[in-house]
Parts: sequence; structure tokens; C-alpha cells
Amino acid sequence: MSTSTTLEAPNSGTWDGGNEPMKASYGKLMMWFFLLSDAFTFGAFLIVYGLSRHKHMPYTGEAEAFQFSTQWWPIPEKVFNAFPGFHGVDLPLAFVALMTMILILSSVTMVLAVEAGHRMDKNDVQKWLLWTILFGSIFLGCQAWEWAHFITGTDEGMVLADGTRISGANLTVNQYGPPLFADLFFFITGFHGTHVFSGVVLLLMIFINTVNGVYEKRGHYEMVEKVGLYWHFVDLVWVFVFTFFYLI
Amino acid sequence: MAHHHTDNSLHHNGEIPEPQTKAIWKTFGILVALTALEFVFAFFMDAGTMRNAIFIILTLFKAFYIVAEFMHLKHETKALIWSIIIPMALVIWLMVALISEGSYYFESVNNYFN
Repeated sequence: MSTSTTLEAPNSGTWDGGNEPMKASYGKLMMWFFLLSDAFTFGAFLIVYGLSRHKHMPYTGEAEAFQFSTQWWPIPEKVFNAFPGFHGVDLPLAFVALMTMILILSSVTMVLAVEAGHRMDKNDVQKWLLWTILFGSIFLGCQAWEWAHFITGTDEGMVLADGTRISGANLTVNQYGPPLFADLFFFITGFHGTHVFSGVVLLLMIFINTVNGVYEKRGHYEMVEKVGLYWHFVDLVWVFVFTFFYLI
Repeated sequence: MAHHHTDNSLHHNGEIPEPQTKAIWKTFGILVALTALEFVFAFFMDAGTMRNAIFIILTLFKAFYIVAEFMHLKHETKALIWSIIIPMALVIWLMVALISEGSYYFESVNNYFN
């Protein structure tokens, strides 16, 4: 045993941090309660989305005849129907389906890394962490494209009553619907994207530590588990954002 | 796992146990199937309260599998499970309250100006 193992040895006295309430370590409990508070923040965002949506008029006509208007809240299938490389082709929700699949896959590779950590299998932990970093980065790239497209807008845009044409979106005006629609798009997907970005940074950190054998020396891969909890939470939030923003 | 600190002597003979990934891939399959189902409803069912309810139920199922299996909450102690779930129930209450508030606001403004 090297000296670092003794330095990292857990405290054992009852009043010395040695007892584990709820049979989970200090770090894991803190991660759970941080995630709970984070869930409140995301919950607040989605609740504001629900409130704003219900105080605007819903579109009641035929889906085929749908036009962008500041009068009513847009139908998501009509807003999110672009795919990179298919300019002008109507592919409703195709790109967001791809993004969802990538994030679910990254969640799976993350559990596989945690599972490999339980077996103290350093090579497997490295392999699955790399896959997770890869999928996380691809997701971020997809989101960057999605934002760029949302901001630039479509060729047709929206024609106002006085004949002016609006293309794309910013925080005060957008071609898709009421200003709040674009505002909430930027805030909700932006806040989620920031979380994915932080997650990728954390994953890079634990990947470097794994390669350097830090956890091997410590005798356990609990840090991978804790970052894993965070990463699954990010996936969980996306599941809700996907339903409330893109499907309903 | 809580018993990290005690069981590491187990692995010091250099042998690495075989991966146990069956449950993980099964959960993955369920999540993919539920997402696919959501797309089926998105394309082949007319929008409405019924479809939204289906979406929300499917989302809750997906959330259950992510939290219970991937985040391992199902296998934690009861006290931990409830200390996560009870506060989240309050958020759902807030959601219902504010969505009906939004509808009320919309209706009252509509009645005033139209």
C-alpha cells in the first residue's frame, strides 16, 4: 500500500465523519441533494414554460394550414423540422430524435463506466468514459447547430401585418411566435446545454484521473459514480425538456 | 455502493471479474422503445389533451428507469429514496397550480378584450 492510500483512508469515528447516514457516502449524498436543488431550478423553468404557454392562445386550426404568428403559440413540429444537410426539407423532430438518442446512449456508456469501476477494471472505465465524453461532445455540437438554425431562421420567416418580414429569433422578436417562446427556448435549452458542458468537463477530469491511476490507488471508483449521477441527471432533464418543449 | 472501503482487498489479487451488463442494456432497450413510442404518437395521433397525457405518462416511465436503474436509487435505502421523491412531489403541485393560473390569466384577458 502506498502512502496516498493511508492519506485517503476514510475517517472511522462516529463523530469523525465515519458514519454514513442512509448508507451512502458523504459525497454521494451531497450529489443527490445538489441534484434535487438543480431539479427545482429546471422544474421552475418548465413550470414557467407551462404558465406562459397557457396564457397564450393555442393554435386550433388544421396542422397543415399552420402559419407562424405572434397571435398563438407555435406547434413544435413546425418549428423544429430542420436537419443539417437537408435545406428546406420538412423533417419534423428528426434532429431532436437524433439528439435524444445520443444522450440516452451516453447515459448507457456512463453506467457501463460505473459498472467497470465496481470491478476495478481500469481499462474498461477509460474506454466507457471516452465514449461518454464523445457522445456528450456530439450532443453539444448538435445543440450548437440547433441554436444557430433557430437564430438564423427559415427563408420564408414570418410576415407581419404591415408587410415586414422577420427571419430567425432573438430575445425580443422571433419568427415562430410570441417573444416568450424564443426566450424560453434560449433559457431552457441553454441552461441544459450549460449542464452538459459542465458534465463533459467533469468527465474529462475523472478520465485524466483514471488514466493517472488516482482511483486505482484510492481503492475505489466512487468519483466516477458521483459524476455518473450528475450525468444521468442531465439526461433525465433532457427527457423532460424533450417532452414539454418538443412534443407537447 | 456503501461498502467501497471494505471490499477492495477482494481485487488485489489482480483478477478482474466479468462485466455484468445485462440489466444495463435491458434498461437502455426500454428507454429507446419508450422514446420510439413517443414519436409514433407524435406523428400518428392528433394533438390534444389525450396525447399530452400519454406523453407525460411515457416521460414519467422514462424518468423512473433513469433514476431507479441508471442512478441506482431503487437500490438505496428507503430514507434516501423518500427524501428525493417527497420534495419533487411539491414541484409537481407547483406545476399544476401555475398552469391553471396561466389558463385563468389567458381566459380573463380574453374576456376583457374580445
